[in-house]
Amino acid sequence: MSILAGRRRRRFASLSGTYYLVLLGLLYLPLAILFIFSVNANTSVAFPLRGFTLEWYERLFDSPALLRAVGNSLIVALSSSVVATSLGTMIALLLVRFEFRARPLIAGLAVLPLIVPYVVLAVALLVLFRAADVPLSLFTVATAHVVVALPFVTLIVLARLVGLGSHLEDAAMDLGASYPATIRLVVLPLIAPAMVAAWLVAFTVSFDEVALALFLAGREQTFPVYLLGQLRFTATVPVLIAAAVLLMLVSLAIVLVAERIRRLR
Amino acid sequence: MLVLLGCLVVPLLLVAVLSLRPSLAGPLLAGFEPTLAHYAASLGFLRLLLTSIVIAAIVAAAATALAYPIAWFLRFVAGRHAALLLLLLLIPFWTSYLLRVMAWKLMLGSEGVINSLLISSGLIDQPLAALLYNRGAVVVTLVYVWIPFAALPILAALQRVDSALHEAAGDLYARPFSQFWRVTLPLSMPGVLVAFFMVFIPTVGEYVTPLLVGGTGGAMYGNIIHDFFTRAANWPLGAAMAVVMLGATLAFALVALRLIDLRRLVAR
Repeated sequence: MSILAGRRRRRFASLSGTYYLVLLGLLYLPLAILFIFSVNANTSVAFPLRGFTLEWYERLFDSPALLRAVGNSLIVALSSSVVATSLGTMIALLLVRFEFRARPLIAGLAVLPLIVPYVVLAVALLVLFRAADVPLSLFTVATAHVVVALPFVTLIVLARLVGLGSHLEDAAMDLGASYPATIRLVVLPLIAPAMVAAWLVAFTVSFDEVALALFLAGREQTFPVYLLGQLRFTATVPVLIAAAVLLMLVSLAIVLVAERIRRLR
Repeated sequence: MLVLLGCLVVPLLLVAVLSLRPSLAGPLLAGFEPTLAHYAASLGFLRLLLTSIVIAAIVAAAATALAYPIAWFLRFVAGRHAALLLLLLLIPFWTSYLLRVMAWKLMLGSEGVINSLLISSGLIDQPLAALLYNRGAVVVTLVYVWIPFAALPILAALQRVDSALHEAAGDLYARPFSQFWRVTLPLSMPGVLVAFFMVFIPTVGEYVTPLLVGGTGGAMYGNIIHDFFTRAANWPLGAAMAVVMLGATLAFALVALRLIDLRRLVAR
């Protein structure tokens, strides 16, 4: 490579590095803003800053509606992610190890939720629950979240199963293990990391989801729905921001721990 | 599978049934005169559907284009730090979408950070109102939110590009730019297409972001559906519009499948 081309290439490289840094800054700027205003001693969220306070964090804990909404979100996210992970794993096992005529149909059906717009899915489930006389509740929200998380779970577990190949299963069954025993003793331990990753994705998708929940939550609101409703009242905004920062730190910790666990393998 | 059938296919069919009913009165599956009146009424929103599709296309194109240099940097420049730098990029994505949008609102609003900074520094005396509550704000917010996500498929495609091809191109006196234009970019095209459609398809049906930063002028097709199911309470018309939107998205998804050879993307 000529010296000139090398220099051009380096300029390209440093330019792209600068671009990365600028974008990273823009991505973290709102997070920094949220943090600053969560400890700013002023109800209106505007400059100049008025000094440091932890008042908003204290007020957080005597806001029962807010705590209840966070609790609701946890219930919905936990239940929907567990159901989605088990169903998605079953679908992935079915798709990867069995040959049958309906396979393309099932594969298509498994990724269909990725294509259906959230508004349409929300409307469809709303009509379904009305037709079946199911009152709106956390259950209806969780059902919607299972549907949207299913493709992610299926694809993540499927990728792992394809990567493993089938020879270990074949070996287990040649040695006399029944199919359920093979799944339990051989396959599940091998795909466990992928299942944990898939569960984590399903959990965060649900915890953050608002487009479906806005249609399907009854009187019990999830945290994003509550947040959306409260944003209009400026007096509570600093408390909301404090709650947001706390949740942000918790989810960050979870992601980092999960990443560590993944690395240990 | 039954869950998917019960919670996805059956409800979608019910929406189609509802869209043909004259009104919401009575049990959903009881006999009724089918009518196309709601579809006729939904034609009035066709322009908005087209606008929403154009917005989604702009957002997807911009997010993909802005994400490309990031993926290029991570693949060819970042070296052994690439994994960490990618993680740094994705962490904001794990934090609440609603909150990031809220933070932007805090910055751009008429009493927000930018305006109050400009006013307290004496540069302007009236807050700039044009920063929020219009279509431009919706587009900017969506692009911003999607960029890290769009970088992932591009990065995956770039990782399969053999760097030996660059050396070959360099040895044959291709300048860096034409190396990129004639070697790297064509080879990473499948990833670029996946990124585009991964952003485009969900954005067509977006209604929460316009609700937050769009104001009255920034509404998209999804907002109208939302309104018909909540405030306006005209479910059959909303259902007809949902069917129209589903049809449009499925058509685009089929185009995407035509353009992208998924099998080639997965194979190494």
